Amino acid sequence: MIESMIQYMLAGLTSGAIYALVGLGFSIIYNASHVINFAQGEFIVIGGISTVALLAAGVPLPLAIVLATLVTMLVGLALAKFAIQPARDADVVALIIITIGASIFLRGVVQLVFGKDIHSLPAFSGETPLNLMGATLMPQSLWVMGVSSALIVVIAWFFNATLAGKAMLATAYNALAARLMGVNTKWVLLSSFALSALLGAVGGIVVTPITFVSYESGIMLGLKGFSAAVLGGLGNGIGAVAGGLILGIVEALSAGYLSSAYKDAIAFIIILVVLVLRPNGLFGKKGIDRV
Amino acid sequence: MNAILQRHRGLIILAALIALLPLALRNDYHYDVAINAGLNAIVVVGLNLLIGYAGQISLGHAAFFGLGAYASAILTSTYGWPVLGAMAMGTVIVGILAYVIARPILRLKGHYLAMATLGIGVIISIVLNTEAQVTGGPDGMSAAPFTILGYTFASEQSWYWLVGGSLLLAVWLASNLIDSPIGRALRALHGAEVGARVVGIDTTSYKVLIFVVSAMFASFAGSLFAHHTPTVTPSILGFTKSVEFVVMAVFGGMASTMGSVLGAVIMTLLPNALAAFEDFEPIILGGIMMGTMIFMPKGLVPTIAKKLRRKEAP
Amino acid sequence: MSLLKVTNLTKSFGGVSAIRDLSFSIEAGTIHSIIGPNGAGKTTLFNLITGVYTPSSGAVRFNDREIGGVEPHKLAELGMNRTFQNLQIFHNMSAVENVMVGAHLHLQKGLLQSLLRLPSLARSERQTRDHCWELMDFVGLAQYRHAEANAMSYGALKRLEIARALAAKPKLLLLDEPAAGLNDTETREVDEVIKRIAAQGITVVLVEHDMKMVMGISDHILVLDYGAKLAEGTPAEIRSNPDVIAAYLGTVG
Repeated sequence: MIESMIQYMLAGLTSGAIYALVGLGFSIIYNASHVINFAQGEFIVIGGISTVALLAAGVPLPLAIVLATLVTMLVGLALAKFAIQPARDADVVALIIITIGASIFLRGVVQLVFGKDIHSLPAFSGETPLNLMGATLMPQSLWVMGVSSALIVVIAWFFNATLAGKAMLATAYNALAARLMGVNTKWVLLSSFALSALLGAVGGIVVTPITFVSYESGIMLGLKGFSAAVLGGLGNGIGAVAGGLILGIVEALSAGYLSSAYKDAIAFIIILVVLVLRPNGLFGKKGIDRV
Repeated sequence: MNAILQRHRGLIILAALIALLPLALRNDYHYDVAINAGLNAIVVVGLNLLIGYAGQISLGHAAFFGLGAYASAILTSTYGWPVLGAMAMGTVIVGILAYVIARPILRLKGHYLAMATLGIGVIISIVLNTEAQVTGGPDGMSAAPFTILGYTFASEQSWYWLVGGSLLLAVWLASNLIDSPIGRALRALHGAEVGARVVGIDTTSYKVLIFVVSAMFASFAGSLFAHHTPTVTPSILGFTKSVEFVVMAVFGGMASTMGSVLGAVIMTLLPNALAAFEDFEPIILGGIMMGTMIFMPKGLVPTIAKKLRRKEAP
Repeated sequence: MSLLKVTNLTKSFGGVSAIRDLSFSIEAGTIHSIIGPNGAGKTTLFNLITGVYTPSSGAVRFNDREIGGVEPHKLAELGMNRTFQNLQIFHNMSAVENVMVGAHLHLQKGLLQSLLRLPSLARSERQTRDHCWELMDFVGLAQYRHAEANAMSYGALKRLEIARALAAKPKLLLLDEPAAGLNDTETREVDEVIKRIAAQGITVVLVEHDMKMVMGISDHILVLDYGAKLAEGTPAEIRSNPDVIAAYLGTVG
């Protein structure tokens, strides 16, 4: 009984860590530009699948990981530069369509380059399961949780302790004031996409040995990450991380105890309930119309 | 008489095009594409009332299209209902469901509304996929033939006229609604929500109303689709399909009923026209979505209309 | 009985009080002005009375009914309407349609009759359009009868909002700086329009900076400073009130 409970919690924490990374990516971009980047899931796929390809081409794993992350960050920069920046003044609906368009575009490119097959990576430290109070844990899950936590800590440090991070936060709070204070908001937009791409790529790489990766696996992951971000309150980084973990755990528990067929629906049911009860997310602030 | 001509100019042009198009349709495949374009157009004309006029996004409208299709398939083939009865029942059920959903979520704005409608769509799609005893699961199910008063619509030609007539009806209803106190209230809440509330418009109720109406348009088209297609499968109501509907509405032109029809027609033809470059299809689709929003955010028809007006009045 | 009675009204945003313990009342059939330096809380007070904001404490009674926190569209039904300092124009519509939205409360709006455009609806629409054109003439917008809202000047849009509010047939009309940004001729025109509105028996409350206009048309003036009442009375009383001269009129010169 306890064993299966722990088992589900571990599975939930593993996928929750990835949702948290994707959700954090959504929040960083949202803060810098008030754009919801529906192509966030594609960053995961590009990170994972290019590592697979580089590895197959004979590049050693650590180098492949670095190169794949850089490739994904370049894609993120290109997206910001060529699709988001030209439409800075567009309304919410237009921006939603642009980023959904970008996700379909990127999915098409991945499909063209890597085909429709499902790809995998070898686990970083072997496949021998660890025993944890009667539950089994794959070493790769530790990699996922460890790398995600490390990234989250680094991101938190970046925003709170560095000048660049503070400039990005200032832009989120009041773009005009930040611009007047000499913050280059164009740079902030580009960096937010690069940073989110980095989060997505690294998340995608560490999770690929567990979940595998194909050209379309970004759709669901992107939507779940978006749910995590909304759950925590859009633009709230810590909220997004909490939202991701809550989502992962509830999903795993309900898959285990209720119905695995409805596992994917759980995230959306939670999000609907939260939105109806608290329209600005669990940790979001209430907005007010100024006239 | 003149006033009526003036008022329904778009509708008359559309009727003429529908009447003349068969001259260019050479085989059943052509008819099939035209029929699907017409069905999509009905959904998009309804969706545009919500997105283009009232300014509210829905990323879940394929679910209402799909529910209409499944309602018709289940009621006619499992329970032996007459097709019109099943269609009416499906539309009413979807209307009620949309109302129940809309009441709480249409208080949300922007991204939060996008998320909520997306979630509803995904949940409905998962339910229909999973409840295989009722829906046939991923394999789908078939609806009974479309028979009214003893006449069965079997040939592609007969379906063409059925769908063409339905589209004209949908456009007529939508145009009437836009040009009524309700339509003005919708455009007003899009233009300046606080202003609309202060002059006496219960904006939440109107958002709910138009969400329900647009869901019923989608359900009606879905019912027709169910009888025309060999099998109804869950693929017709996923997130991707919802996005396609939004793209059609936006590409053709927000707040333009004729733009909706044009957008639906072009986006239905596109995959067929690109059949030779099948691998490039998502790249082109995604490119069109980004390009339209960046270079002509108001969509095709309003952008062209504006250019033409500028030429007329230098 | 007063048409509008405000008692101990307070509104704070995150600890800062924009309106502090304010009480005053407004009698029917008169023109009232609310004046005060920038940031005195005039627009906040309008937003509280018209339901855009909810009071933190205190009461607002309209027609002897408590209306604090009642939604704006319900207040419009009760007979209250307003214009906006920063304009709330429907730029996606024509000028006359903007006014027709104001008439919304009094129109047939059944879904079925709208979808089918039944003859009774078509007739009512024609009548409404004619009536709204007359209202545009009334506020001096005759030349804009066929204009699109986004092609009109700021001064014209200010008057379009007045016509829109009138279309709702209000008992109480609140005008938020109707003369701001207008030139002298336009200001005099708006001045005339307000007098004609009051002559029809509609109670008018305005927030205004133009002292000449305020002193000329008001029956009663309320002076706010830092969200609290500084003085109230007839124009003559206000003009000679030493507090007002010190705090406000003196600084304007």
